[in-house]
Amino acid sequence: MDNNTTTTSTGKLALAWAFVGIPLAWGIIMTLLNALALFQ
Amino acid sequence: MANQARNASQGGWFARERTVAKPGFNRWMVPPAALCVHLCIGEVYAFSVFNKPIATLLASDPAQVDQLIADVGWIFSIAILFLGLAAAFGGAWVEKVGPRMTMATAAALFGGGFIVSALGVAWGQLWLVYFGYGVLGGCGLGLGYISPVKTLMSWFPDRPGMATGMAIMGFGGGAFIASPLSVRLMSLFGTPAAGDTPAVPGVAGAFVVLGIVYFIYMMVGALIVRVPAKGWLPAGYVPPKQSKGLITTANVHVDEALKTRQFWLLWGVLFLNVTAGIGVLGQASLMSQEMFPGLITAAAASGFVGLLSLFNMGGRFFWATTSDYIGRKNTYMIFFLLGIILYALVPTTGQMGSIVLFVLFYGIILSMYGGGFATIPAYLKDVFGNQYVGAIHGRLLTAWSAAGIVGPVLVNYIRQYQINSGVPKADAYTVTMYIMAGLLAIGFVLNFMMSPVDERHHMEAEPEPSRA
Repeated sequence: MDNNTTTTSTGKLALAWAFVGIPLAWGIIMTLLNALALFQ
Repeated sequence: MANQARNASQGGWFARERTVAKPGFNRWMVPPAALCVHLCIGEVYAFSVFNKPIATLLASDPAQVDQLIADVGWIFSIAILFLGLAAAFGGAWVEKVGPRMTMATAAALFGGGFIVSALGVAWGQLWLVYFGYGVLGGCGLGLGYISPVKTLMSWFPDRPGMATGMAIMGFGGGAFIASPLSVRLMSLFGTPAAGDTPAVPGVAGAFVVLGIVYFIYMMVGALIVRVPAKGWLPAGYVPPKQSKGLITTANVHVDEALKTRQFWLLWGVLFLNVTAGIGVLGQASLMSQEMFPGLITAAAASGFVGLLSLFNMGGRFFWATTSDYIGRKNTYMIFFLLGIILYALVPTTGQMGSIVLFVLFYGIILSMYGGGFATIPAYLKDVFGNQYVGAIHGRLLTAWSAAGIVGPVLVNYIRQYQINSGVPKADAYTVTMYIMAGLLAIGFVLNFMMSPVDERHHMEAEPEPSRA
């Protein structure tokens, strides 16, 4: 097997990461907004 | 070859053989697959948002709600118990059937658990919620948790800590999504208060939506997950020819691992690290308000808990990745030594009235709590080899279940004992912190005692993998 060339498209890879990254980012933003109350 | 074809036809789309990656597959597709599962099952950390709404729906009159909350609290405990049991007893099956079948089973159990629980809430039958979310969902949690661990380490033999850290970080992060989402769904399916009629939370509707969404999301993970072909190695990576320090080139069978001193030392290491963190995590809101009376309000305490969860999640990736460079044993040495110092200093932050230092110290402590979870699979791989690491990891997770009971009980009872003895609430946690520091000191000794597994426990060596 050739280890150096990948056939997985960049678009597919970006889509997979966005699928998990976007909900996680939304959750983190919500938590940070909530945490601001601690320092107000 | 004939065997492979037969196995694939028997298992169909779910068979391990159908998940073997074709040449040129990009290994960075695998962490998102693992995250699809872990981001969903991490919901368990946010399940407490349902406690009061479920109790409200089940109570025949408002006075019963507080009493029912304790009964409803058992849903989470049952789920964690079955998480441990499924991980411990399902590990060998996971090794046999591979990640896709395991992820799909976990999706069916976790998603199905929500649907059964929705029926339980709609019919006012708490036992059905215990069975749905607790038993079925708990089994889904356990299988889902261990499903991608070995696969990730097989794809990233050069950075196993980072690989598992990414997935297990998702477990820590799942609550961030689930908590606000659950609140919105309950509001969407519920009935707002009108006049004298109190609001009715839409728990059953929220459960149905969550069950369907989580099932689909986890199935996407099962769809895109791949295992490397036999003998595959990442470009430029040269596997070690000989064992070095704790890192072995041999493999230990899962049943044999339980007979080794090293398994039980690591069991103790994980148990103590989790006990120290989980007790504080469960009491964080109350503790912050009592240690800083008048300075930290209930709303601010909720922000504090959220912030701790962020440290918990970030620590999973940070410490597991760091362990690839400084070694697992050294990483745990830092957890225990730094943990002892920080726990001993926390009461001083209360006396100083310094919220910033209090948050910072607890943040670092919780980062190491998460880091302990994320680093342990790679530690097991180092010590017992890659072949049965998924199953061995599953058995080790019983330490988590045990710590989940001991940690909160320890913190709650010591606090209550102190208050009953006349100690002011602001100082009631001082002894607890020192006891936590003591537990970490024992953990330090156990980790210090770690040594390579004796060769008599090793399996017979297979022919060395070669680049295809």
